[in-house]
Formats: sequence, structure tokens, C-alpha cells
Amino acid sequence: MTIQQKIFALAIGVGLFVVIIELVRRRRLAEEYSFLWLLTGGSIIVFVVWYDLLKWLTGLIGSKTPTTTLFIFGFIFMILINLHYSVKITKLAAQVKDLAQKAAINEKDKQ
Amino acid sequence: MRSNNFTVIIPAYNEAGRVSSTIAGIRKSNDADIIVISDGSTDNTSREARGAGADVIEHPFNLGYGATLQSGFKYAMKMGYEYAIQMDADGQHEPSSISALIAPVLNDEVDVVIGSRFLDKGNYKAPFVRRMGMYFFAFITSLITGRKITDPTSGFQALNKKVMEFYASDAYPADYPDADVIIMLHRKGFRFKEVPVVMHNAAKRSMHGGLLKPLYYIFKMLLSIFVTILRKE
Repeated sequence: MTIQQKIFALAIGVGLFVVIIELVRRRRLAEEYSFLWLLTGGSIIVFVVWYDLLKWLTGLIGSKTPTTTLFIFGFIFMILINLHYSVKITKLAAQVKDLAQKAAINEKDKQ
Repeated sequence: MRSNNFTVIIPAYNEAGRVSSTIAGIRKSNDADIIVISDGSTDNTSREARGAGADVIEHPFNLGYGATLQSGFKYAMKMGYEYAIQMDADGQHEPSSISALIAPVLNDEVDVVIGSRFLDKGNYKAPFVRRMGMYFFAFITSLITGRKITDPTSGFQALNKKVMEFYASDAYPADYPDADVIIMLHRKGFRFKEVPVVMHNAAKRSMHGGLLKPLYYIFKMLLSIFVTILRKE
């Protein structure tokens, strides 16, 4: 990993971390939803700082270069985050349906 | 129907078999109005609470402990109550401690009173890991507020209308309102104190049971405390 790649990856990791904390601080993002994002940013920082871990992981999964490993894990995290939101959206859709039905029944009761 | 200037708010999730005895315990020591908020319970919690004489609010689905308490505060404010006590439905909180809890709020000595199971030598015994967690968050809360807090995870509290308004706002956590809320109270300039109360070991499993939930709780609480400190309030 070249020094430019290290600086770039570190900047992305730290930047992501700061943005997430700031969004939580402004109450634009709930703590509950920040978990996977912070894990993503934190993992990038750990892999760049602890390069041997990244090399070990590269050997373990059989990828060509450590940079590829970083991208692969970045991609895996994106899939996990998307899956997390799909589960949440499914739950929210069911809850909105329940609320709409309750509101409609309450409205009928009032008439 | 309001017949008092204070109410007891009881959040409950599947507490059939326990909620009626909790209500009966409160009735023994005082005639406070009681509001039970059933958080999407799938058992007889609501019917049992109604049968025991409480006002019951039912969430259509599970919203979490904090959101359930908040529904109680919003309803209490709508009904014009001046003071509120929050206590758990599972029999952990001893109803005879209510008078000691509410007195400093009624006397306008403080805005919130937190019932502590550790100020006096009680019979409360928590599992080792949970006890360590309680000590850890008690230490952090004491450090940030600059005063000794012994039981920051206590859900046995008495509060006045000003605090009810704050608890009804978006700042109040929907899941676990614990140490972070005490730090918020401190930063908002509310007056609070701990008084000794009796707590029993809950009969059912804690909401922090399992492996992932305690880890998530620690992550969420630390993050929440951290961003609370970062906020300019």
C-alpha cells in the first residue's frame, strides 16, 4: 500500500467517523442507525493503521493486494448496511399499515 | 379522569400476572392516579391493568422503553398533572418508597428525584456483569456531572412538570433512557438528587439479557453520552 493510498483511506475513515458523530450530535441520525456506519469508518482506520492485520486478511481471503481487501470489505459493509435498511423498511411498512388501520377504525368509532 | 395532582406512570410490556399486583401495591400506600402504557403487549397486560383500576394507553406495536415512558409523560401533561412518578410494572420497584421519592419534588427542593437501590444497604442483587456495568456508568455520570450518582440506570423517578416537558421532547431517548438522560438533566440545569429506595430483583429476564443487547446498550449509551457532551446546551 502506497503512502498516498494510506492517506486517502485514512481520510475517508476519519471523515466518515466525524460526519456520523456530527449527524448524531445534531439529532439528524439516531444512535441506533449510526452503529454500522461507525463500524465501517472504524474498520477502515484500523486496517490502515494496523497494516499487518490487513495483510493477514488479504492472505486469508486470497485477494491480490491489501487495497483490494479494503474495497472488498467496504463493499461487504455496504451490502450489510443496505440489508439493515431493507429489514427496517419492511418493519416500518408493517407499522405504518397497522397505524393506518387503527386510525381508520378509530375514525369510524367516532362517527 | 384526573383526581390528583400527581400520577404514577408504568410502562409495561407483557407484564400480565405482575402489573395488577404492582398496581395493588401502589394502592396500599397512596391513592395516586395510575397510567399504564402497554408497549404492544401480546398478553393480558392491558385488560389486567384496566381491571386493577388504572388508565391504560396501548401502543399498537412495540416502541421501546423510553418511547413508552414518553407516551405516559405526554398523556400526563395533556391531563394537566403537575407531578409524575415513573416506575416499572414487574414488581422491581417497591411502591412504599413512592412517598420518599415524591417528597423533595413536592417541596420544590429539586425537579427530579432518582430512586437509588445502592444508597442504602438494600436486598438488590444484580448479576456480576450487570453490576459492573452499573458501576461503570455510575462512575462516568458522576465524573461528568461532578456529583456522586450511585444508580444512573434507575427507572424509579419522581419529576415535576418542567422535567415532564423535557422528557416529552425529541431529546428523550426512545430505547434506553439512563445515564445519558441524567447528563442531559445536568447540562439543562435541572435540579436533581438521589434518594434511597427499595428495589427487588425482577422476576423475569432483564431487557439487557442475551449477548448482543448488553453490547449494543454499552455502545449506544457511550455514544449518547459523548454526543450529549458535544451538544451546546
